[in-house]
Amino acid sequence: MISFLLRRLGASVLLLALVLSAVFFLIHLTPGDPSQLIEDPRMTLEQRANLRRIYGLDRPLIEQYGRWLVATVQGDWGISMVQQRPVARVLGEAILPTLALATTALTIQICVGFLFGFAGALRRDRPLDHLLRAVSLIFFSLPVFWLGLMAILTFSVHWPLLPAGGMRSIGAEALPPLARARDLLAHLILPASVIGLASSGALARFVRSSLIDALGQEHIRMARARGLREWRVVGVHALRYALAPVIQILALGIPTLLSGSFVIEVIFSWPGLGRVGFDAVLGRDYPVVLAGTALAAVLVILFNLFADLGHAALDPRVREGLAAGAR
Amino acid sequence: MFKQRLSGTLRLGIVLLGLIAGVAIGAPWLAPYDPNEQLDPASGNFRPPGTRLAAIERKDGGWLLADSVRRTSEGLDYTRLGTVGRLAAVEVANLTADGVADSRYFLLGSDRFGRDLFTRLLYGARVSTVIAALTTLLALTLGLAVGSLAALGGGLLDGVLMRGVDALLAFPDLVLLIAVAALFRPSDLSVVVVLGLASWMSVARVARAQILALKNREFVLAARGMGRGWLGIWWDHLLPNALGPIVVQAALLAGSTILIEAVLSFLGLGIQPPRSSWGNMIAGGQNYLSTAWWIATFPGVAICIAVISFHLVGDGLRDRFDPRLRTTADG
Repeated sequence: MISFLLRRLGASVLLLALVLSAVFFLIHLTPGDPSQLIEDPRMTLEQRANLRRIYGLDRPLIEQYGRWLVATVQGDWGISMVQQRPVARVLGEAILPTLALATTALTIQICVGFLFGFAGALRRDRPLDHLLRAVSLIFFSLPVFWLGLMAILTFSVHWPLLPAGGMRSIGAEALPPLARARDLLAHLILPASVIGLASSGALARFVRSSLIDALGQEHIRMARARGLREWRVVGVHALRYALAPVIQILALGIPTLLSGSFVIEVIFSWPGLGRVGFDAVLGRDYPVVLAGTALAAVLVILFNLFADLGHAALDPRVREGLAAGAR
Repeated sequence: MFKQRLSGTLRLGIVLLGLIAGVAIGAPWLAPYDPNEQLDPASGNFRPPGTRLAAIERKDGGWLLADSVRRTSEGLDYTRLGTVGRLAAVEVANLTADGVADSRYFLLGSDRFGRDLFTRLLYGARVSTVIAALTTLLALTLGLAVGSLAALGGGLLDGVLMRGVDALLAFPDLVLLIAVAALFRPSDLSVVVVLGLASWMSVARVARAQILALKNREFVLAARGMGRGWLGIWWDHLLPNALGPIVVQAALLAGSTILIEAVLSFLGLGIQPPRSSWGNMIAGGQNYLSTAWWIATFPGVAICIAVISFHLVGDGLRDRFDPRLRTTADG
């Protein structure tokens, strides 16, 4: 298990380095440089050159890359050009809202996905199964941003039950803690449900087929033959077998979940990484774009790492296969 | 019975796809109006679905859209924007015995510039299908090349290529897409290239798995023994036999491409107005949800139908191609 852990950690670090380098060179491939962003016709060539020296843009690209990499690892992510504040602080404020939204969405996705998948597998080819499969297919095929707009249209405009955007009501800071939590929850429900439901479709389809596969296995027939109760057969024996591939699919879906929350944050004005990143992209705020992309990559890589560990914990074949150095 | 129902989903998917393709090709003939026509924006904008307006052509070339017209002995009385107006007969170019010859019928309503949403929806089908087709073609080419190389090359080449694919799969593609789309000026070509570059990895995985499974089969070894080169074997033996699952992957990919193109266009980084795409039509209605719900609603339904039909075809084909699924279906 230890060597498996180390291998996965090593791969994650390598992957992170690759992503960071790709983003750095991508940005430097685009025409122009940040000193031209300060559009001031009165600036002399000398002043411009000075500016380039301050930003280190006069040095060879490879040296800029090295300096940037060292600074990034040390946590110095530069100053946001638009907000004129340290990037670390801009992103630091955004990371908690994003995590809150993503984990709530993930919870909803897992609950709905497993519920639909289980019900479909246990009532296979009955009307309920057909209905759930159709609903899953529709969730799976919906544009998530459109579902967000329709949710606002239905629950904020037509029946004004929930706020249409933002994370807090105006003046919420003055409220007592309990009311403040309720206020936050009211703002969270719509965006989290939209992301969770939209991503539950793929999960439900997979849980269903995975569980059907599991229920056909020898050891399940064995468990039934031993006279175990049905809930024990399904809930313990089949579930354990079915869970391993499902966890992998969940992990593969994390980038999609994050992408989904990116757009949903823009629509719902949720002050998370997506909103901040989108504004930075539109405002060409390079340091924020760079660091934001890196942070998104770190989040995805971390989630994948956890998923792999979970997979290995559930399925001994994965552990042994990798520990034996199969690859 | 199960099998029959599955081929039913496949059939439904193919029919829907055919319909969408028909709409995309036939948009200029099917659409009632020009997609950018704005006869009288002040009166024609934000009209709910099913509105019919009389279109009065004036002699000076301008158009008026009126809620109702009444032919009088001197000319025309009309109601427009809640007020009653009067035009003399000599001022109107398309006068008939009981009113005017032209009208505008907004089947799905009109947008904020008074353009017909139904027409724009039909033209949007062109953008979505063309972008999806080109992107899928690009992703297929790249994925087949990388997957085949990895499977046939084996060893270090396989390791490097497939770890690269894993790395790209782990990345939130939308974040990268938005960054790239924002840094380079969006054009049709850049949208296709960016989407294609972000989506070939799944094809590469499927292609590699297929070719790995095939490359040591007897008929391939026989062809080797007869002295054929790998390229010839790939083209004659490996590719045709591996194609089934790859086509399935391509169908699913086309569906997700439509979704991502819609997101990019919605964020203003894809297809640029005034050309209509389903994504930028939704963006055009985002700020008018409370007053004109129809603008953002219908293009989303269109996207849904298009994506569902691709998924139906993909699922149906997979069930046909994958004998394992067929045997479990009998159980």
